[in-house]
Amino acid sequence: MSAAEARPSASALPALDRRPTPAAQALIRGAHLLDPRAGLDGPGDLLVRDGRIAELGAPGALEAPSGCEVVEAEGLHAFPAFFDPHVHLRTPGREDEEDVASGTRAAAAGGYCAIVAMPNTDPVVDSASVLGSLRDRARAEAHVGTAFLACVTRGQGGEELTEMAELADAGALGFTDDGFPVERAGVLRQALQYQRLAGGVLCLHEEDRSLSGAGVMHEGPVSAALGLAGIPSVSESTAIARDAALAGYENGRMHVQHVSARESVVAVEQAKQAGVRLSAEVTPHHLTLTDECVRSLDTGYKMNPPLRDEADRLALVEALRSGTIDCVATDHAPHSREEKEQPFEVAPMGVIGLETAFASLYTELVLPGRLELATLVERMSAGARVLDLPQPAMAPGSPADLCLVDLNASWEVGEAGYESRSANSCFAGRELAGRVRMTLAGGSVAYRERTFAIEAV
Amino acid sequence: MRHLLSIADLRRADIERVLDRAESFAEVSGREIKKVPTLRGRTIINLFYEASTRTSSSFELAAKRLSADLLNIKAQGSAVDKGESLKDTVHTLSAYDPAAIVIRSPHAGAAQLVARWSSAAVINAGDGKREHPTQALLDLFTLRRRAGRPLDGLKVWIVGDVLHSRVARSGILAFSRMGCDVTVCGPPTLIPRAIESLGCRVRYSLDDLAEADVIYALRMQHERMGGSLVPSLREYAARYQIDARRLGANQLLMHPGPVNRGVELDAAVIDSPQALITEQVESGIVVRMAVLYDLLAGGPDAHARAGRLSGADREPVAPQPA
Repeated sequence: MSAAEARPSASALPALDRRPTPAAQALIRGAHLLDPRAGLDGPGDLLVRDGRIAELGAPGALEAPSGCEVVEAEGLHAFPAFFDPHVHLRTPGREDEEDVASGTRAAAAGGYCAIVAMPNTDPVVDSASVLGSLRDRARAEAHVGTAFLACVTRGQGGEELTEMAELADAGALGFTDDGFPVERAGVLRQALQYQRLAGGVLCLHEEDRSLSGAGVMHEGPVSAALGLAGIPSVSESTAIARDAALAGYENGRMHVQHVSARESVVAVEQAKQAGVRLSAEVTPHHLTLTDECVRSLDTGYKMNPPLRDEADRLALVEALRSGTIDCVATDHAPHSREEKEQPFEVAPMGVIGLETAFASLYTELVLPGRLELATLVERMSAGARVLDLPQPAMAPGSPADLCLVDLNASWEVGEAGYESRSANSCFAGRELAGRVRMTLAGGSVAYRERTFAIEAV
Repeated sequence: MRHLLSIADLRRADIERVLDRAESFAEVSGREIKKVPTLRGRTIINLFYEASTRTSSSFELAAKRLSADLLNIKAQGSAVDKGESLKDTVHTLSAYDPAAIVIRSPHAGAAQLVARWSSAAVINAGDGKREHPTQALLDLFTLRRRAGRPLDGLKVWIVGDVLHSRVARSGILAFSRMGCDVTVCGPPTLIPRAIESLGCRVRYSLDDLAEADVIYALRMQHERMGGSLVPSLREYAARYQIDARRLGANQLLMHPGPVNRGVELDAAVIDSPQALITEQVESGIVVRMAVLYDLLAGGPDAHARAGRLSGADREPVAPQPA
């Protein structure tokens, strides 16, 4: 291994932690290069040197320098790698469900070059010391770039602000009490004010719990038939409207997590039109599934916010297409088998999603013609931009954040297990098209499908 | 039938077969010796995660009259209390090779889970606020006997706390399946949004109650009256109580019990000739006998099941006519 290879490569995403790995030297030959922001959409060669994109060329035009791996990628698509602004790594506290290594391995297998971990762990990430130890762990174990959000309030208690400025200095990318809303308007207002000092985006789980109450699924015909307590859509949309009003008043910067309802799309749209500095994300499951799935009482379909109805789903797809919703986020939420093997009302909320995000959306939205492939590819990495990080791009000089995907390969979810330590996928058993063959993250090879043929020259 | 999990799984023909079978058991119940040997040597487990008097005792008597061996498991004082998961409990009980497991749970879908984890026939004796199918079957049986004719076209009003009522949900499905025209009525806070998608109409006042052929009053569940769903029982009673003034001479009155006297029903109507409340309790035993018979001895699936089991004495024995 040469000195150049051993040197950790420069990353486009400086706030991200990752284990040290050699910089990639690779010629990707004959892939369909697709990066709508770079205006790329056609076959070509792509040369990666020292972890950076060195050159783009026509198919067969580029020569592999000595010591450079050649990846024969004819028939594959190359995209800017994906960025997930919403992942639960369950570390510290529930390493039996996920840890930094397994969660980031799942991300790499899903085509992600970077993820953002939520702070609702045990203990929660509300102090610089917890954050510091997590970052150390990511520097030792993470397969893809990993950023951390810290709590908005101490212990996620919703009462007192954390030391946001110190946390920001310690490397927190932003702040969230995800899992819970910031219930009191006065507390959120203080966080928005303090944001002027601390910086970082406030990521908000929007839910008025006086409306959602003990709900376990979307309120509608299915909840009526099952006798399950419902979570009405307005519990989300009214919270967004309130928080957007506060952010507008304080000129704060907020990001709406996991939008699920059409009323919420309207609230996001209105806030953006009013000039509020607001962005929004949506999950693959809310874009592809509805509360009809819950009729089976399969706990694999239990998450918060809940799956809503078909009109909601279509509104979310349209909002993602138009850009009202900025990006896709998985809300990857691992849970142990024992916890999910309980009656629906008792089982915890959440599903894993990193390994299926692209394939589920490609299969359910792109193939039926509801969304352009190029739009999906852009929205899969736009989470970086939303959190004020450079969005992965396929341009000379950029760090190699790339994924190679076989759009023609179909696979059964879960058949070969998961890279994640948990198996609570809402797509388990489904046949999906689109298989990630290789991921480069921060200039290094982060994932390679084992059967993928490579040839050293 | 393989299991009885939800009324939604039953065709009208299935329901009628069970009700007809219950009629033949009703004849047996009139005899001095009420026992038949149908399920001799088979084990039935009553697994109750919620307090219940009439449902559990009625299943117990039904099993005993069919000569089955019965095991009653209550959540309190059992391994369940020590934190054993439902799955582990079911696996443990399955080791006893039960022919049927009757389960009552505070959680929707619990019966389905038991059916997935056990090879026994599973009977849902109430799962959360979702369904209580044997209650609906015994209600149909009771009503059919009194009406003396098919139930098609009967107007049934289900009155009260529909939101928290598994009886209401099974009732809406069952009465509709038999051709009745179902209306639910109660305070708007206790009527779930979109309930009309189950095939019923919604009313918030008793103004049109006179159109009903059958008034089915639900139990007002004090234990579920958190928050401000109903400002007071007094206001509830004033608006929704069935009393002598509201109950017409040609209307029938039903209630799943136990009754809160003076809340959903006035004492005068409980003992009126229009009330079917006592008959409902009596019907409980024979209908549950019929369900056990259908699952374990009578139905098309039951023969396949009996064939799989080892040992003698597993031939289904139908009750002999008196």
